[in-house]
Amino acid sequence: MIKALGDLMEILRGLAITARHFFVNVFFRTLNAAGVKTRKAGTVTIQYPEQKKALASRHRSLHRVTAREDGSPRCVACLLCVTVCPAECIYVEAREVPDPEIQKVPSRFEIDLSRCCFCGFCVEACPEDAIRMDTGRIELAVPDRGQLRRRLERPGD
Amino acid sequence: MADIIILVVKIILALAWLLTLTLFLTWAERKESAAMQDRIGANRASVLGLRVFGLFQPFADAIKMIFKEDFVPSFSQKFLHTVAPFISFFFVAVTIAAMPFGGTVRIAGRSVTLQVLDLNVGLLFVLAMLSLGVYGILTSGWGSNNRFALLGGVRGAAQMISYEVALGLSLVGCVMAYPSLRLSSIVESQGELLFGVLPKWGIFLQPLGFLVFFVAALAETKRVPFDLPEGESEIIGFFTEYSGLKWGLFMMTDFMEIIIISCLTVTLFFGGWQVPWLAAGGFNFPWGGAWSLPGWLVTVLQVGAFNLKVFFFCWLQILIRWTYPRFRYDQLMDLGWKALIPLGAFNILATGLAASWLK
Repeated sequence: MIKALGDLMEILRGLAITARHFFVNVFFRTLNAAGVKTRKAGTVTIQYPEQKKALASRHRSLHRVTAREDGSPRCVACLLCVTVCPAECIYVEAREVPDPEIQKVPSRFEIDLSRCCFCGFCVEACPEDAIRMDTGRIELAVPDRGQLRRRLERPGD
Repeated sequence: MADIIILVVKIILALAWLLTLTLFLTWAERKESAAMQDRIGANRASVLGLRVFGLFQPFADAIKMIFKEDFVPSFSQKFLHTVAPFISFFFVAVTIAAMPFGGTVRIAGRSVTLQVLDLNVGLLFVLAMLSLGVYGILTSGWGSNNRFALLGGVRGAAQMISYEVALGLSLVGCVMAYPSLRLSSIVESQGELLFGVLPKWGIFLQPLGFLVFFVAALAETKRVPFDLPEGESEIIGFFTEYSGLKWGLFMMTDFMEIIIISCLTVTLFFGGWQVPWLAAGGFNFPWGGAWSLPGWLVTVLQVGAFNLKVFFFCWLQILIRWTYPRFRYDQLMDLGWKALIPLGAFNILATGLAASWLK
């Protein structure tokens, strides 16, 4: 009998906890909807397309090819990124340049995003710091599969 | 002729009230559960960019359900499969006829009760119709010809049998306290005062009866702590083989049962449309002082009070549904047969003793 009553009290306590959450959250949301700034938002949800979380500084997002001072790509088409890529999604075609310090630049630098696994190995393998994944672009959905093959040989694209 | 028109208008209004409330209860359930879990809930459905806290969500859901394919499996028994959701829906919807929404109003020299049918066995009618609703579940389980659906149906029937007894027993005390089965006269006698102060509500006369009734009624709605017939994580339940609007009918039946159970709880234990100390002429406070109100305002207050109480119990049932995990089958049976039925029987005994002692 005593135990049953104790169990009933525990059941009611559970109800009180959820009810407390309900009333506290509704209170803060009502204040927010009325335009009152409160410390608590009454929710943990981030309403994604409107509100965005700041990306971490080491977050790996869409790739870019960095540029020299004159605007030409840093890439020397050494194919190290092509070799290291586990998804085999990078395709580089080289072209000769007269400068003996550079010798080669890519005439085609293509990344197939439908295969890329965003591991960042290409960034680490690059001896010239020519490829980085710091654009902060993470919304990469496109309506057509062909658009996922991105050409990167011109910096700034 | 005028009587028939009045009756038809009352039926339409009562059904419209029930179905509108059902519609927005689906929204309320999503929003309330979200608030309890620190989430936001449905808020994206919009009309012309107007979101209003997701209030258009029920309409979006309804449109989705109407345009889904109404699939009848080739192995099912077509007729039973089709008729089952309608049985469920009908027997719940018909109980709204016995619920008193308010007292008697005079319109154009004619007194109209704010109740579709003032049956002298209103309470028995509601209980009978609620129990008949289990045929919809059984039929759907049998007609689907699917073992999980059948399991759900059988579980529904077993649960219904064990909880129907407790439900009936808990209400015997109530019927003894207000010696009537007519719901309107039960509500009217709750307008009297207890010890000159407290309103004579069922919760004060029958606290144990209320507890047993409410637990049994929760089992009757077949929602989460007692959702053995559905049991979405173990068997998908009696509506495994349903889709589209027929599945929607089952879901609407669930929500309508919440409303009906709330109506019944309010009518029997929380004074129905009575506002404490409000009589036909206005407020008569027990500590002296009166506040006379016009008749129409009294009626509005009473109907409003009924609605408010029903909303509260809908809220409470949703809170309970999103708080507790599901009972195991043997725990469910234990609670029904070993706890609620003895408590209900004890409640009858205690009520009888108290009544003979007070006399």
